[in-house]
Amino acid sequence: MADKSRRAFMGKVLAGTAGVATVASLYAMKRTWDPLPSVVSAGFTTVDLSPLEAGKLSVIKWRGKPIFLLKHTDDVSPDDSRDIVTQDGRYTVVIGLCTHLGCIPEWRESESIFHCACHGGQYDIHAKQTFGPPPRPLDIPPFAIKGSSIVLGEEGPEYKKMTTQA
Amino acid sequence: MKELKILGVITFFTLVTYWGVEPLAHSIFHPHVDPADYEFKDLPAVEAKGDVAQGQELVSMNCIACHSIEKAGFPAPLDNATANMSYGVVPPDLSSAGAIYNANFLANFIKDPATATKTAHKFTGNKVHPMPGYSWMSDEEIASMVAYFKSIAPASMTNEEVFVDACGRCHDMKYSKNFATSDVSNYMGSTPPDLSMMIRSRGEHYLTTFINDPQKHLHGTAMPRVGLNESAQKQVVTYLEEVGDSKKAEREGIAPYVLGFLAFMAFISFLWKKEIWSEVK
Amino acid sequence: MAEFKKANSVGEWLDQRLNTTMLTKVMMTEYWIPKDINFLWAMGMILAFTFKILLVSGIFLLMYYKPDVNMAFDSVNYTIMQEVGYGWLFRHIHGVGASLVFLIIYIHMFTGIYYGSYKKGREMIWLSGMLLLVLFSAEAFSGYMLPWGQMSYWAAYVITNIFGGIPLIGDELVVWIRGNFYVADSTLTRFFMLHVLLVPLAILGGIAFHFYSLRIPHVNNQKGEEIDFEEEANKYKAGRKKLSKVIPFWPVFMAKDVFVLSVFLFFFFYLVFYHYNFAMDPVNFDPANGLKTPAHIYPEWYFLWSYEVLRGFFFDIGPLKAADIGLAAFGFAQIIFALMPWLDRSPTVAPASQRPYFRVWFWIMIVILIVLTIYGKLPPTGTNAWIGFYSSIAFILLFLLLPVVTSKEAAVTKGAK
Repeated sequence: MADKSRRAFMGKVLAGTAGVATVASLYAMKRTWDPLPSVVSAGFTTVDLSPLEAGKLSVIKWRGKPIFLLKHTDDVSPDDSRDIVTQDGRYTVVIGLCTHLGCIPEWRESESIFHCACHGGQYDIHAKQTFGPPPRPLDIPPFAIKGSSIVLGEEGPEYKKMTTQA
Repeated sequence: MKELKILGVITFFTLVTYWGVEPLAHSIFHPHVDPADYEFKDLPAVEAKGDVAQGQELVSMNCIACHSIEKAGFPAPLDNATANMSYGVVPPDLSSAGAIYNANFLANFIKDPATATKTAHKFTGNKVHPMPGYSWMSDEEIASMVAYFKSIAPASMTNEEVFVDACGRCHDMKYSKNFATSDVSNYMGSTPPDLSMMIRSRGEHYLTTFINDPQKHLHGTAMPRVGLNESAQKQVVTYLEEVGDSKKAEREGIAPYVLGFLAFMAFISFLWKKEIWSEVK
Repeated sequence: MAEFKKANSVGEWLDQRLNTTMLTKVMMTEYWIPKDINFLWAMGMILAFTFKILLVSGIFLLMYYKPDVNMAFDSVNYTIMQEVGYGWLFRHIHGVGASLVFLIIYIHMFTGIYYGSYKKGREMIWLSGMLLLVLFSAEAFSGYMLPWGQMSYWAAYVITNIFGGIPLIGDELVVWIRGNFYVADSTLTRFFMLHVLLVPLAILGGIAFHFYSLRIPHVNNQKGEEIDFEEEANKYKAGRKKLSKVIPFWPVFMAKDVFVLSVFLFFFFYLVFYHYNFAMDPVNFDPANGLKTPAHIYPEWYFLWSYEVLRGFFFDIGPLKAADIGLAAFGFAQIIFALMPWLDRSPTVAPASQRPYFRVWFWIMIVILIVLTIYGKLPPTGTNAWIGFYSSIAFILLFLLLPVVTSKEAAVTKGAK
């Protein structure tokens, strides 16, 4: 009887040990699919906003997505829930993919709108939808303000404030 | 008999699904457009009769400052890189202009390039078309220049020559090792796509109407209407097919043999099935 | 060690070592199949053969394909399509085969539903078949990414994005699957591995298991009749072949299969040579460009019905976000077919034509799936969006109602007897 329970106990211990090995292997396997350090560091981009010309759109690439950078002219009404404010002025910084189906809208300077050619969606200068199928404003990427620059990918206090407001 | 009925039901549902996801969907994605208009009827007819000698004189006075005409002994005034930098695009050699472009289109183009190519929307504000218009000339003078271009044009060109002349300044076609002579990304606002696989991605039908008038399919596109006449455009599309679908002849050549063989095999296997089943049924 | 006598022939030599006589009997000449079947019973062998075609054509493509974002498109469209001898043929066969394998899977699957071949001991056949459907879907999706055309890229983008809807871990999960913040080289390379190694291995295992699961409950027949296989087999072996209700797998069952297969291959190669665009979308002959969305994004035709269920819910209902409802409905659609044996509450195994309520249910389901498939491709605007919405609702209701319909039917038919 004692022998039998001893045998059962040993069996359980062995199964447990094998289980630990399995979990450890699974963890190691999972880690191989994690983004590589070089990929992660490329996911944080510092952009100096000071050279931008007001009213002209510049587009940069960040994490494979187009990022719209637009400095506001002085006559644009401020919108604190949408604008990124640095020491040099107010900016619209958004991911340039239409929130309807992911097309890239174009900036029409003369009308001060973003227009999406795919299904006719429109956004105002703060990238808030004003017409057509888009369900929400263009997304604001995580950012942190560093003087006249912003770091895309890092969640600074201004970004957190914006997301909690929304 | 029952099996044929089952086959009929399956065929019916398969075809309905096929119809919905292919012909129906594509007719909605690509609304019908009018067939290609090789006469460019939207442009006014330049009816004046031209004179080749007068044309030659006008061309040598007005065109060769920017364009080469190798055939008439006028070399390019600038090398490609410098020309690209100065004008935003390399001006074409005019030796074969009379062969590949519709004559009335060519006359209208000389008068007002942006309107003829339907790219006026790209040249607003302080942007102007790299080639100045010659609307100050009389219709007769313009007709003379066109007559001159026709007189020096080669009688026949290879498909590749037409392609390089008509498309090759802006577009790459890397599978045939043709590379654009100009970088028009500044002037056009985007880099024109590589054309290697266009015959598979767009198909002959789309290309025929698109090259003839790009605005029909892509409203607002930067691509100019180049004004090719019917035979030149056919040569361009044929060249796209020679490069992008180079195995078409092989494919269509072996198809009947493979299908014939399989039909024969189906027949034999039917006989075998009958033979085997005669024992059990 | 067993004692081995000198063998008089190669066959005998093999038989001594491998017991080939017994193996042939068990697997072929005395593996019994009902005689009362039609050509729909050949779909299994057609699937096995089509998988073989895909495997072989895939091996030849693998020798020239380069799983790298800068080389993938050209390695397919230039090297394979234009340079390699008959490379275009192998690619067309692989592309068309991938599409047709799903057509046959669906026919095979609806045959199973129509004849009730998923209950009374056949549950494991059904479940292993559904597992194969999932594996083939994974195989198709990962393979579609490899040519690295516009549709490859954007399908990968949209489908991996779906995982972002999973609560809490969604966003990190998407990055983990892609190996980057967007669909990138790491994504292509790992899906290449899945497509050429892991998933095909799993499919091979799945097929073996699917075949094995047929052994005990046996193949169903056209009337759903319960056959005493032992007794009928004895009749057959005693020479009363015409009387027996069963036939051996080899050569009788295979004789019919080979004929159906030959007809199928004619159709298959007709598509390979003349009509391949439905399986090789022209949009995918434009190289992938992460900054330029195609005007219309849609999956291959065999995923359209579940894609339409996903996007059919396009507006928020109360506190529920449209995307979350869509994702839940999509999850429902993925697993609901697997539950058929338990949703069908009637014990009767019979073709749908002989089941008064189930017959109606079956044909409504087919029609709804076709409507979902067609509207899954059309742009989701205006009326299309509403048709998509109502047919998604109808799809879900249909399966929720199945237990009610079938219990009612069971009560009525019992009463009639």
